[in-house]
Amino acid sequence: MNNIQSIRLFIPELIIVVTILIGIIADLIYSRQKSFKVGYWILGGLILSLFAVLMHDEHNVLTLFTDMVTLDPFAVLLKTIILISTILVVIISRYNNEFNNYRTGEYHILIAITVFGMMLMVSAVDILLIYLAIEIVSIMSFVLAGYLKQNKRSNESALKYVIYGAFSSGLMLFGMSILFGMTGSTKLYLIANSLAQLGPASNFAMIIALVLILAGFAYKISVVPFHFWTPDVYEGAPTTITAFLSVAPKAAGFAVLIRFFHIVFGDAGAMQAGNWITLTDIPWGQILALLSVLTMTLGNVVAIQQSNIKRMLAYSSIAHAGYMLMVIPVLSTESIFAIAFYIFVYTIMNLGAFFVVIAVKNDTGGETFDDYTGIGWRMPLIGIIMTIFMFSLTGLPPTAGFIGKFYLFAALIKGGTQFYWLAFVGVINSVISLYYYMRVVKVMYFDGDSQKELARPVLPITSILIVLAFTTILFGIYWAPLSDWIRNSLIFYISSL
Amino acid sequence: MDNLQVYLIIAALLFSLGLFAVITRRNAIAVLMGVELILNAANLNLIAFARFGGMNITGHIFALFVIVLAAAEVAVALAIILNIYQNFNSINVDEAQQLKQ
Repeated sequence: MNNIQSIRLFIPELIIVVTILIGIIADLIYSRQKSFKVGYWILGGLILSLFAVLMHDEHNVLTLFTDMVTLDPFAVLLKTIILISTILVVIISRYNNEFNNYRTGEYHILIAITVFGMMLMVSAVDILLIYLAIEIVSIMSFVLAGYLKQNKRSNESALKYVIYGAFSSGLMLFGMSILFGMTGSTKLYLIANSLAQLGPASNFAMIIALVLILAGFAYKISVVPFHFWTPDVYEGAPTTITAFLSVAPKAAGFAVLIRFFHIVFGDAGAMQAGNWITLTDIPWGQILALLSVLTMTLGNVVAIQQSNIKRMLAYSSIAHAGYMLMVIPVLSTESIFAIAFYIFVYTIMNLGAFFVVIAVKNDTGGETFDDYTGIGWRMPLIGIIMTIFMFSLTGLPPTAGFIGKFYLFAALIKGGTQFYWLAFVGVINSVISLYYYMRVVKVMYFDGDSQKELARPVLPITSILIVLAFTTILFGIYWAPLSDWIRNSLIFYISSL
Repeated sequence: MDNLQVYLIIAALLFSLGLFAVITRRNAIAVLMGVELILNAANLNLIAFARFGGMNITGHIFALFVIVLAAAEVAVALAIILNIYQNFNSINVDEAQQLKQ
């Protein structure tokens, strides 16, 4: 579809762009005390955009802007997840005490730009646009991580993020330049066509190109050995931003990864288990399986030793990236369904856990395990909700986390006997994770004295937490509508020749 | 100087130098310079491939976008480093150690 025709189908993104411009102008008008009102404009724009995304007629695969962007049900699904999580983060940001002495107008504008980048990320089918979208998201995230300018920890997290981020995207770009040279195109489906015709003489260059591109994706979803930025950035950044970074860009990163593998490595949409085009004689599937094992094991084992809850949740998010990466080697419809389902569930429960951290930090001013002693008695509702999220993150029934993990392992088992060992490692890792998630519950209920007075977090935080906890339980008991919706959304753009 | 290989070798050298700078330098500005070298190596690759591969203009367009993005990235990175200097009185990457390992 050409550029003029595409605009009509690009309305959700255009709404975000207009919202960003309105936000920038509004921020000039509002005084310092009223700067937070920019957030209301951004919130309105995001909600409008969510409606525009959902209004899109499903089961309709299109490419926009001369094959730069695709509009398929998979992109719609991911955009929905991204917009919902961002809306929740924007609402909670208003009640986060960390921002008390700061102007928050720019903060909301930066979040809106990040959303724009992520919406491009999930729908890009051209390596030029993939690179641009990843950079938009990264550059805005650097600023957001360092938003608390007077806070040394926030500064340091921004520095580490910018160095790792710029370095990894540089590696990815160099890989893309080689891939472009080998195949003569930037469009993914043309690249896939040319790759099938390359001879063994080009193996060495292809291996370098693909490893470098994978490094860029691995950084985005924090896979070992590109995870080093994650704990520091998650600990130092404002907690709302930590919550945001741990779900939305990660979902977008997985979408890019799935699209790239699906089009470039997959057998033109045949989606048979293990049916990888044997590019360059290297077993890419096994390499990814090994990376996923390393990622979840490192995430879980290091999370045990943490004394800071935010840092513990950072390592836990690395572990969850490992669980999701685990089924990518299967490369079947079932495995992509499992990842999409898990992304949705993970978004809900991880946002919830970080929102609890915000509620507790507003009350006690800290985020270590010591600050959580007796929270279960001091804030009874928050205690119960945090317990639900911890159960769900571990993957215990009757929570949505259990269903998500169940689908992941089911996809592995269906993939064939060569994936059984992966499922085994995954289960062992879930058991390890039980220890540190339950430690939070233990500290909240059984440590310290229970004679403290009651504390009451502000109503909006409580109500959002109740909704998230309720959803977590609901999808653990009755998940058929969710799984049907996701299953119907797994229609990919393959090629348009 | 009129074949593809020369340009690719120079690009690979630039890439390696950039990688070396990022890994060994402790000064944040020097690390950024290493990243710039990597980006420019990629640019050189893109343009050389587009010129000698008999391809269309895509490679040139790609390189233009990369130049713009590199400028944006450096602007943000320098702002963050300036902020680090005000708070830590140093731009040494190793001295920013508030967050425990």
